[in-house]
Amino acid sequence: MSPEMAQGLSELLDQVTGYIYPNEIELQWSILIVVYPYITGLVAGAFILASLVKVFNVKDLQPTYRLALLTALAFLLVAPLPLLLHLGRPERFYEILLTPNVTSAMAMFGFVYAWYLMGVLLLEVWFEYRRDLIVMGGRERGLIAWIHRALSLFSTDTSEAALAFDRKAIRGITIIGIPSAFLLHGYVGFIFGSVKANPWWGSVLMPIVFLMSAIVSGIALVIFLYMMLAAIRKEPVDMPCLDTITSYLFYAVIVDFSLEALDFIHRLYQSEESVKILGKLITHKLFMSLFVLQILIGMFIPLGILVVAKWRKLNEDGRKLLYFTAVILIQLGIFSTRWNVVIGGQLFSKSFRGLMAYKMEVMGIEGFLAAIVLLALPFVILAVLIRVLPTKRLVDEAPKPA
Amino acid sequence: MNKRDFLKGLILFFPAGGVLGALARELDAKETVPAQTGTAGTAPKPGPKAYDPKSHYYGMGIEIDKCIGCNRCVEACKAENNVLQEPFFFRTWIERYVIKKDGDVVVESISVKSKASKETSQDDSDVLRTFFVPKLCNHCVHPPCVQVCPVGATFATEDGVVLIDSKRCIGCRYCIQACPYGARYLDPRTKTADKCSFCYHRVRQGLLPACVEVCPTQARIFGDLRSKASRLVRFARMNKIHVLKPSLNTEPKVYYAQLDGEVR
Repeated sequence: MSPEMAQGLSELLDQVTGYIYPNEIELQWSILIVVYPYITGLVAGAFILASLVKVFNVKDLQPTYRLALLTALAFLLVAPLPLLLHLGRPERFYEILLTPNVTSAMAMFGFVYAWYLMGVLLLEVWFEYRRDLIVMGGRERGLIAWIHRALSLFSTDTSEAALAFDRKAIRGITIIGIPSAFLLHGYVGFIFGSVKANPWWGSVLMPIVFLMSAIVSGIALVIFLYMMLAAIRKEPVDMPCLDTITSYLFYAVIVDFSLEALDFIHRLYQSEESVKILGKLITHKLFMSLFVLQILIGMFIPLGILVVAKWRKLNEDGRKLLYFTAVILIQLGIFSTRWNVVIGGQLFSKSFRGLMAYKMEVMGIEGFLAAIVLLALPFVILAVLIRVLPTKRLVDEAPKPA
Repeated sequence: MNKRDFLKGLILFFPAGGVLGALARELDAKETVPAQTGTAGTAPKPGPKAYDPKSHYYGMGIEIDKCIGCNRCVEACKAENNVLQEPFFFRTWIERYVIKKDGDVVVESISVKSKASKETSQDDSDVLRTFFVPKLCNHCVHPPCVQVCPVGATFATEDGVVLIDSKRCIGCRYCIQACPYGARYLDPRTKTADKCSFCYHRVRQGLLPACVEVCPTQARIFGDLRSKASRLVRFARMNKIHVLKPSLNTEPKVYYAQLDGEVR
């Protein structure tokens, strides 16, 4: 054991209040495990937003459809990285695929992930882009032409019948995709919700709360990216689209808040053995991240902003400014939600007699910088994806491929 | 002796014979774990038959009133199992409970020497009762750690011991989160989960776990629940026993006698 680690743990020992089991001094799931549900939440939320266009025919949202799909893909590609980096023995990760323990919720990760990536997202992206890839591959020269042709898997059929099949396939995949997105993130909630040893986690509402907050964060992220992209490209923002998405966002935040409030009231009213220590937890350790960041800045203020933007009949620029502010605050709030669940659940002793402390590393593989890199990486991937796969459908006068 | 007395005698003789016979069978039952008084030096005779895990089911009994908080079990455990000496990693530890007259409960792990736990001269007048509680992995019948391990690296043996295969463990630490008793930690040397193994390497050879072996007051009783003659079964028969956090339905196999309701 390194002297730095011993030193670090000794310092934490002095910050303990009350009694904790001696092995509890080391916090096991660090900032990276906060990043993981945050990222998968964005994936599920963005995909569900995209699905609204195809399954429920919400035409207003068409301008964000492809962006939402690519966002989901970019974040999904990064989702396993925090888990992998967090493992004590990352070189053994394949064991989880080769010899999964069927009673373990975590063992299902590889299968849920693989299904969602290959059975849903990549398929849908491919059918959505197939025609455009063929058109672009025929129009361009050099490397990029080859990339596009390869991505289309060298298909060449752009006949009306083939395109009709594409549309049908996308619809079918989306219909399967919505429950899959629910599965992906509900499952992450289940990993926490099923831990009976931990009263802060062990709740049947956990998967549902995770899901709802995922939808909130995914929608907010797509709005953010759509507005940023329009600003970078110096294009006008489609206001009906923006107004519609922000309405969905508004209702999603309300449902999310109601569920969390229900969870809170339920715990308070049932007042089980753990209620005292959980009360101490939220007032001593999570006051800033729960009451201020998650609830006030992440929910109440954005809700207020959205109300003002919708009912005060502001002009376009005013609405855009307010929407943009709201989605950034919401992102902050959802990240705090993940923090409060993951870190909060490890700051009180299972003896219900004491509170621990968490000191985040800055450097190091489980530190702050690693988390920042992991959070930035999907945006880099998305930038590359957008280069290769245009977010707007090619117009029809494109020449037929040679 | 007349006929009447003889018949009376017969009525008594047959049931008494049945009772004696049953007792004799009981005596015949083998005690699989050597007597607790045996010292570490006495080597066990290797059994004539190979070890059959199916015929054992291990557990531990702890008599709270006998524990004097000497911490020898903790030291023996660390030495026997090469547990890190730093006070953050324990396969077993001792808690001291001080219950005040006003209902306040002060708990400390006497195995951890932190600033706060330095001996303070307590005013005895406000103390209602005080006692020590040895803690360790409960080797649950329904172990949540085994349920959640994604790769099956932690498992329950047929003879009722929950073990970790450190060559398979990927260090995800889900088991540490799932354990309600704080019995597990991540060994920083191997980056894999670690915890009490009931000294399985010793038990397989007919020896006692190190903590049981060194306990000067015999507060810890180790035994085989499948053997009627085992000390553990006798302990369970002679005491009113309780387990930790029974509401979680983990069914611990570490049984406490004289356990106080304040202990969690």
